[in-house]
Amino acid sequence: VIAKPHVDWFALAPTLSLLAASGLLLMAAVLVPRQARRPVGAFLCFAGFVAAGIWAGFLDARSPGASAVVHDTMWRDRWGALAQVILAGCGAVSVLISYRERMRDEHVAEYYSLLAAAGAGMVFFVQAGNLMTLFLALEWFSISLYVLTAIDIDLIGSLEAGLKYLVVGAVGSATLLFGSALVYGITGQLAFDKIAAAGHAHDAMLVVGLAMIIAGLMFKSSAAPFHMWTPDAYQGAPTPVTAFMSSATKVAALVVTYRVLITAFPHDEHLWRWGIAIIACISLAWGNIGALVQRNVKRILAYSAVSHAGFILIAIAAANRLGGRALLYYLIPYCAMSLGAFAVVAARERELGVPVTLQNLAGFGWERPFLGVSMWVFMLGMLGFPLTGGFIGKFYVFAAAYDHGFWWLIVVGVVATMISAYYYLGIVRAMYFRDTAELRLAPAGGSPPQDLLLTSGVFISLVVTVGSFFAVQPLIDVAKSAAKALPF
Amino acid sequence: VHWLTTILIVLPVAGALLVAVMPLTSYWLGSLAALVSLIEIGVWITCASKFDFGSGALQLDQRASWFSDLQVSWHVGQYRFSLWIVGMSVVCMAACTIYGWWVGRDRGRAYFSLMLLLTGAIVGVFTAQDLLLFYAFFEAMLIPLYILIGVWGGAERLRATITFVVYTVVGSLLMLAAIIVFGLQQGTFDMTRIGTSSSTWLFLGFVVAFCIKSPIFPLHGWLPITYRESPAEVSAVLSGIVGKAGLYGLLRIAIPFFPGPVHDWRIVLLILGSISLVYGSLLAFRAPDFRGVVMYSSLAQAGLIVLGLFANNSLGFDGAVLQIVNHGLISTSLFLLAGMIERRTGTRGEFALLGGMARGRPALATVVMAVGIISLAVPLSTSFAGEFLILAGVFQQGWIWAVFGAVAIVLAAMYMLRAISGVLHQNVGAAVDDRARDLRLGELAIVVPLVLCLVGLSAWPNLVSGRSHANTPTELVAR
Repeated sequence: VIAKPHVDWFALAPTLSLLAASGLLLMAAVLVPRQARRPVGAFLCFAGFVAAGIWAGFLDARSPGASAVVHDTMWRDRWGALAQVILAGCGAVSVLISYRERMRDEHVAEYYSLLAAAGAGMVFFVQAGNLMTLFLALEWFSISLYVLTAIDIDLIGSLEAGLKYLVVGAVGSATLLFGSALVYGITGQLAFDKIAAAGHAHDAMLVVGLAMIIAGLMFKSSAAPFHMWTPDAYQGAPTPVTAFMSSATKVAALVVTYRVLITAFPHDEHLWRWGIAIIACISLAWGNIGALVQRNVKRILAYSAVSHAGFILIAIAAANRLGGRALLYYLIPYCAMSLGAFAVVAARERELGVPVTLQNLAGFGWERPFLGVSMWVFMLGMLGFPLTGGFIGKFYVFAAAYDHGFWWLIVVGVVATMISAYYYLGIVRAMYFRDTAELRLAPAGGSPPQDLLLTSGVFISLVVTVGSFFAVQPLIDVAKSAAKALPF
Repeated sequence: VHWLTTILIVLPVAGALLVAVMPLTSYWLGSLAALVSLIEIGVWITCASKFDFGSGALQLDQRASWFSDLQVSWHVGQYRFSLWIVGMSVVCMAACTIYGWWVGRDRGRAYFSLMLLLTGAIVGVFTAQDLLLFYAFFEAMLIPLYILIGVWGGAERLRATITFVVYTVVGSLLMLAAIIVFGLQQGTFDMTRIGTSSSTWLFLGFVVAFCIKSPIFPLHGWLPITYRESPAEVSAVLSGIVGKAGLYGLLRIAIPFFPGPVHDWRIVLLILGSISLVYGSLLAFRAPDFRGVVMYSSLAQAGLIVLGLFANNSLGFDGAVLQIVNHGLISTSLFLLAGMIERRTGTRGEFALLGGMARGRPALATVVMAVGIISLAVPLSTSFAGEFLILAGVFQQGWIWAVFGAVAIVLAAMYMLRAISGVLHQNVGAAVDDRARDLRLGELAIVVPLVLCLVGLSAWPNLVSGRSHANTPTELVAR
């Protein structure tokens, strides 16, 4: 007889509240009358994310030390809890962006249900304590995202994007699973800390398993050369889904990567440091050069997401006193900028009814002053300019790299930033420097509809982007205590 | 007293936010911006009145921790020499903002809030005492400039913004890398607490960034297209003030903190300064338009100031500071005058289309003549005093540098007199007709105060040079 494990319900509360929201939404899909489904669905989903965020906040406050819970399958610590707060924030803002998306009414409750389910999977993922829960959670949110990407079957390319994401994502998951099997095979352990304690650090099989686990996680964080699905999936998915994927998926994958590497493979540090550093360089190069030649704004932002994965991986490669907090700090403004930028793209897309390119972004800054200025700030933030948290994030990442002696990663990062100036400022140029009259662009009929929820989503992102520049100290304090939960 | 410098930075930024949201017409937003920029001058006068010129220490300073684990802080304050550079900047920024108002730039809300934002960033650069804060302000200058050139610039503005941004971003990111490494090595980013370094790489990271901004040969490639395509008052800001940020950086950071590399690389920089000086003067002599003369003369002047800085003695420093102030005022006036001339003739300032404007336009002729004469360093003018100090300082490094300087002064007379006569004298140009009227009262109200500042300094250059005494590099380093 297997003994029933003690369950720490508090540690599971963020996941459970999102799962509850997801379940309620499925019921709403059949019980709520069609015209009320959209507001009810959005509200339930939003409430689920807010509840998860509040629970995670409490969890952060009440978990000063790290402890393994539920038969050592999960970790209850600040590292996971802070990531959960960020994830919940991303999800809530995504709901705000989603509300006015042109969707078939019969799908809308399922859409929100899947969004909540994906959120629940990610929130669970960042707490994962052994290889089994790791894979389970990964599949859980991935499958939700595959469907979300393809959900808008009226949108050209959505189905194709979903299929591409599914195929490439499945390869990633399979790689992760294979790697996990190898690691389990050699050590006989599933829990991260026991893998580390089992020795075998220099066994070839363990190293191969480690490499495959890294590769699997890099697929999810869309780091080059595992990013092939990113531009297509980001372009084809409904824009609010893209916003959610680009922010939340990246948080989950990178936070977990850091946790797995540090807790399960501390003795192979010299190997994975270099591996991650090389992946970071490839991501920086590929992402930035790829973005240079794009015309579609969603594709530009997709390649920029690849390059940002590179920046964040620098912090993971450094893996020192500064690395952990640099990683968590960087993610906060990055998520805000990414969500905000895709929200602005969504607004323009709804206005024109066609995919947003650099060409038809012209004059947008003057037509919609608030969204234009916001987009301007987001682009400067991604470029790492002052007055946005992106600047401090890059500064911390570089400082962490220097602290470890990886000064050449600073050089790579700086060169990548130089290249990225061209396309980020290219978006600003497209919005402001030409006007619609000059290009004779036909407006899509009438003045654009007011969208208070999307605007407030952009406003929240703007506040976080700029606020994280000024409030560095409190954010770093939180990130620092979260990073203390990991054994570095 | 401690808040004064902070107010000097925050006031224009707050003004910019106010302009961005106030429900007023362009005209009233412009007057609001003008008012803010005048109050800014008032705040600076208060600073100057509270300042103890007898002391070389950092004054009016304020320090608050920003994030403590890397020892980064909000630390602002002014030295004697920075006080005068700040004063020059706020006066010139006010003139440029008011000029934009007078011209009636379209999309006033964006325009005026960007100009005020730029003012705040510039004052920040000259007063920041923390490396990261300095960098933040240095980069923050670029953001409004990019939009100001890109939206209100000439026909080739897209190409101009790309060239400008590529050059400056390359420079400033090199500096960022240098700052991170330097700050972490020192354990703090506070400029009043860090010591010296002997790393040539870090030194070059800073110097390249500053030389691009100044600009110094051979890093001046962005200069022609940017200065020609910008609106006149933005060119004035670029050449008069933003360029000075590079020179200030050399004075405040590159020279004090890197004594070893300065010693090793001094000759290289003196050579580059001399080349900028002579080459800039020759280009100015050949330039086909008024703006061309002014912009290449600012390349030459930057070269001259670099000579003064790398003379590495107190004469050179004093001369450099005085000349930074002088040239800021001169260059701003000349670019604004260029804008006024271009506007009333409907040209882009080509000498081929201009000429004979002195007849019937006494105010224009007088002002152009006065600024031109002062700028070519005629004896008794303030720029004569500045150049004399620089030449005297650099002479101690070797007579050859002083020869370059002296040659350039002759060249300055040649290009400036050619420009003056090309606009004011000779035959009446094709574009000059009765519609090109004399300077209006509003325009006089903008340039005459600048000219009066110059005349006042000419009468009493000691006001700045006697009260700036650019601290020798060792005084600026804590340990």
